[in-house]
Amino acid sequence: MAVIRDIMPAFQLLQPGTVADAQKLLAQHDADAWIMAGGMDSFDWLKDRIKRPKVLVDLSGIEELRGIRATADGVEIGAMTRLSEVVGHPLIKEKYGLLAQAAELVASPQIRNQGTLGGNVSQDARCWYYRAGWPCYRAGGNICYADTPVGRNREHAILHAERCVAVNPSDTAPALIALDAKFVVQTPKGRQVMDAEHYFVGPEIDITRMNILRPGFLLMAIQIPSTWAGAQFYFEKMRDRNVWDFPLLNVASAMKLSRSNIQDIRIAVNAAAARPLRLKAVEDAVRGRECSPATGEAAGKLAVQGAVPLQFNAYKIPLMRNLVKRAIGGVQEAAWAS
Amino acid sequence: MPSPKSEMQKFGAKYKLIGKDYPTPDLYAKVTGKSKYAEDFRVDGMLFCKLLLSPVPHGRVKHLDLSKALAMPGVKAILTQDDLPAPADSVTDLGVTIKANTQGEKALTMEPLYQGEPILAVAAVDEWTAAEAIEKIDIEFEHLPFALDPLETLRPRGPNPRVEGNVWVEEENSPPRVGVLKWKEEDFAPAKYGQLPMGKPQEEWSYGDLDAGFKNAALVLDETFVTPDTSHQTLEPRTALAYWQNGKVFLHMGTQSTVQTLAGLGRWLNMDRSQIVLISEYTGGGFGSKATGYIFAIIPALLAKKANAPVMMRISREEEHFIGRARPGFQGRIKAGFAKDGRITAVDMYAIGNNGPYDEAGDVGASGEIVSLLYQPPAMRWRGVTVLTNTPPRGPQSAPGGMQGIVMMEPILAKAARQLSLDHVAIHRINSPEGKAEWGPASNGKRAHATSAFLKEAFDRGAEQFRWKERVAQPKRSGSKVRGVGVSSSCFFAGSVGYDGLFVIRPDGRIAIQSGIGNLGTESLSDVHRVVAEVLGVPWEKCDVIWGNTSKNLPWTCVSGGSQTTHAMTRAAHAAAMDGKQKLQEIAAKTFGGTPEQYEVGNEKVFRKGGGRSLTLAQAAQRAIQLGGKYDGHEPPPDVNKYTKTSIAALAGQGLVAAAKDKYPHDGQSFSYVASFAEVEVDLETGKYFLTDYLAVADVGTVIHPKALSGQVLGRSILGMGHAMGQKWVFDPQYGHTISRRFYHTKPPTILDVPTGMQWAALDIPDPETPVGARGIGEPPVGGGCGAVLNALSDALGDEVFRRAPVNLDTILTSLEAGRPMQEPLTAFI
Ligand SMILES: Cc1cc2nc3c(=O)[nH]c(=O)nc-3n(C[C@H](O)[C@H](O)[C@H](O)COP(=O)(O)OP(=O)(O)OC[C@H]3O[C@@H](n4cnc5c(N)ncnc54)[C@H](O)[C@@H]3O)c2cc1C
Repeated sequence: MAVIRDIMPAFQLLQPGTVADAQKLLAQHDADAWIMAGGMDSFDWLKDRIKRPKVLVDLSGIEELRGIRATADGVEIGAMTRLSEVVGHPLIKEKYGLLAQAAELVASPQIRNQGTLGGNVSQDARCWYYRAGWPCYRAGGNICYADTPVGRNREHAILHAERCVAVNPSDTAPALIALDAKFVVQTPKGRQVMDAEHYFVGPEIDITRMNILRPGFLLMAIQIPSTWAGAQFYFEKMRDRNVWDFPLLNVASAMKLSRSNIQDIRIAVNAAAARPLRLKAVEDAVRGRECSPATGEAAGKLAVQGAVPLQFNAYKIPLMRNLVKRAIGGVQEAAWAS
Repeated sequence: MPSPKSEMQKFGAKYKLIGKDYPTPDLYAKVTGKSKYAEDFRVDGMLFCKLLLSPVPHGRVKHLDLSKALAMPGVKAILTQDDLPAPADSVTDLGVTIKANTQGEKALTMEPLYQGEPILAVAAVDEWTAAEAIEKIDIEFEHLPFALDPLETLRPRGPNPRVEGNVWVEEENSPPRVGVLKWKEEDFAPAKYGQLPMGKPQEEWSYGDLDAGFKNAALVLDETFVTPDTSHQTLEPRTALAYWQNGKVFLHMGTQSTVQTLAGLGRWLNMDRSQIVLISEYTGGGFGSKATGYIFAIIPALLAKKANAPVMMRISREEEHFIGRARPGFQGRIKAGFAKDGRITAVDMYAIGNNGPYDEAGDVGASGEIVSLLYQPPAMRWRGVTVLTNTPPRGPQSAPGGMQGIVMMEPILAKAARQLSLDHVAIHRINSPEGKAEWGPASNGKRAHATSAFLKEAFDRGAEQFRWKERVAQPKRSGSKVRGVGVSSSCFFAGSVGYDGLFVIRPDGRIAIQSGIGNLGTESLSDVHRVVAEVLGVPWEKCDVIWGNTSKNLPWTCVSGGSQTTHAMTRAAHAAAMDGKQKLQEIAAKTFGGTPEQYEVGNEKVFRKGGGRSLTLAQAAQRAIQLGGKYDGHEPPPDVNKYTKTSIAALAGQGLVAAAKDKYPHDGQSFSYVASFAEVEVDLETGKYFLTDYLAVADVGTVIHPKALSGQVLGRSILGMGHAMGQKWVFDPQYGHTISRRFYHTKPPTILDVPTGMQWAALDIPDPETPVGARGIGEPPVGGGCGAVLNALSDALGDEVFRRAPVNLDTILTSLEAGRPMQEPLTAFI
């Protein structure tokens, strides 16, 4: 039968007004349901008729999933909060600027006005073979088209590849890991609160999924504890264009200094592997050391240990090394004003 | 370091309207969203259609069963190759018959030559039903060998993209046919060293003494360079609406040209032009890809006939990627000799163009012509091959071929300047064309020449405005950043001759100007007619421009492509205005006595010189109707095109009809020129760079409309920058599929990728070979936008980083790490 893409098929659109209703609908339709937040990832799949859900559960009418609230121990951000709201929120800017910086570098202003924080961390891989509907490992098949001798894999993984070499493209995810955020997930069996890094899964655990969400699961909110509020933050994203472009690589770190020594640090990168990577070895190695270019240099080298390039993405190794180095040792800015 | 603001420039000192900004007639509709593009129209009983695209890069439909689709409620008709008219011969304006190319592109095919090629179209009550119907079509393909990379199919046993071969073969008096071109195994030896293999070319020419040029050179460089294939990405895709009324087909579509699109539609539909009405008031961009429309517009036309109902074909962004045309990427090589002072002594150029499977794009040929003009080598050889591949069809894109030639040449100029310790502006200046500069090969012992060239003046002005010397003297390295500045020459064809102007002075005193120019966003559609108002001394507010509908009696007009419109149609407007003036004077003489020369036209009147009786334009128009004959269009001028004559006949009796063919003398070919300056800042730790400043100084003759000109000079510079900064296509070579199929994958430049303070300037020196002095500008800036960025990058990073465009952080970083160029040197589509 012939294939047609770039035109959305029909589905039933369900628009619950409360979390309880949403849960009910999700339970009722189980694997036939698709959760839609801002649609910036979902529409692509739907338009290409590759994912064919029978019903779409649109969360945009659920007020309780929206908004940014100060809590006793930090801040809670509803999953349906738009990225542009995250960027502009005074509390986020003031205390958790790392997330504001990351969110501001996502895609384009239009996409940030539409895309949500919950959707951004839950988005699927952007591997162009997978997204074009090729029957690869991630799509349930038994081949990776990007990892062949001639596969075009400039955007793909350098670390922890396992059959699939796609990467997680979220810009906010590493920032949330660095801030030690907790993800609140409503499952059919009850509510779970998990560390940000445990929300994401690599191919070694489940090659068809980027996160722990299963049918019936709902990401409710993201909580950021005050532990890292106002710490020294660093976020840097590399992309080809200055807007409307996924990361080739990004780095996010939160550091606490005692005099010039690194008292504590959390650091993560994304677009290097199928899940955002917290760089624990780097954290352990630099903790207690002087926050200096030399420490940054050593950290960068340590960060890329074990990295394996594909045919077209060898650049990601020095790039990751240098981004980690800069996150810790700082950037030598130019003396001229440009 | 900000340059002085461009807005300070003043133009048109000797004119009332020319050189001044004004609200164009389409402005309010565009900014308020009231303008209707093809997709915005709705007609009673309208159906929608969707296309089935080929899933294979080369194959044959071996099984097709439409029954399930046709049985679906709401499905009205399915169009296949069998429903298409046979390709028609065409007759040129001069009466020469051009035989139809039976191997050319068709709107639908059963033997697809690229993944994404339309196979059939389904018309249904809505798009949703049409798409569902396509999924019910049972179709199977026989897979045939395919080739994506020109070098791959040129190999002795390389696959052919078409059953018949891999190149077009030209034979006299017959349409081109597909044939085979293979190189010898030993031709490919240089590929091992990353140098372009140069086997037997399809075409070549030369002039001057090449050997002596190289022998006497102080420096000889031999460089291979690869340029990207870039989609046109017009914001309005190839959407079209068609319906039939009383035997005529009405087509709504976006096209660059209005009048000139009829010929293409007539040929594709095998119909007489008089039976086709084209409505195209607004077009969302063309850049060459919609010069005379597009063949796919006949799909809704034929479906509408078959289904006996209007059909709307909306083209999705992904479909547009496949059918929307692109610039052919080049694999090229230039050997150039330089004297100590930087003057080029000889150029030996080889260009391979990736054409896609169908009609030959002219890029390869144009590349040599533009290089010969822009750098004035005293001796030059050009060789070229245009290779067919199973990739989406190419078409002309802003400065087709010229751009690629410039981009091959510019890095060599920059490298030569470094090796000879010369200033980069100086080496560009010394090689710039001047005056009636010669170009191209000799024909009958004589080389062609340009009408004029003031590129040296553009460099002088630009160097000052950009503060070139100061910038060069600045520190280059600071922290992890390194800064570079670059310049580039640029030019392209910019004018044709011989078209018609037509307007009517109405009995109410208003002037109805008939414009056959397409509204592709350049504003030339009304800009050129400012000349009519200027010559007649009529306020612009009294002029109504009529455009965008071929049933509205338009004059024979040039193609809105090839940057020819401003030149060609200011000439035609001028000719018509002179005809109008002459007729006004004659009418006054007939009315009040005396000779026409004793009367003058101005202030909306024709009046006796030195005072006396006068007629208002309204009165003169009424008199013209009374007089009839040539005055009110009952007798058209004998030398205007027959298309114009038909329009004049339809307008006859409505007022004073002014019409004329442009017969002004024109010595040489018109080109416009641009000197481009760029500054970049590169981060050595990431390879990421920012374009921090840019200036383009244009030599376009007389400035007609500054705002529109600035849009072209900077907008088309950005088009060029995109080629340097990231635009490209990516294919999977094993499967032959486009994998960069999403809009964002192909990375067109965004407004945030270019400097906010970009500047432009224009010399405003009239071209001596045209009455108003104006030349075209659409395409000339493109090569410079790319060349200046590349040269700024090599200024920052040296010569050992890139040998192809685009240049991105991956290339920069890996090459810096390795200390040598790490880009794949020759392979297409990396
Ligand atoms: C052209 C383009 C460029 C982009 N560039 C970038 C970029 O540079 N950086 C970047 O980080 N992102 C980028 N994105 C992604 C974008 O940022 C979106 O924010 C993100 O993909 C999805 O957010 P959304 O709210 O639109 O979610 P949707 O598309 O609606 O959902 C995404 C996925 O998450 C699931 N989901 C969403 N919310 C919930 C929830 N509350 N509970 C359970 N499941 C949920 C959905 O079922 C779906 O599978 C880009 C997207 C596009 C189209």
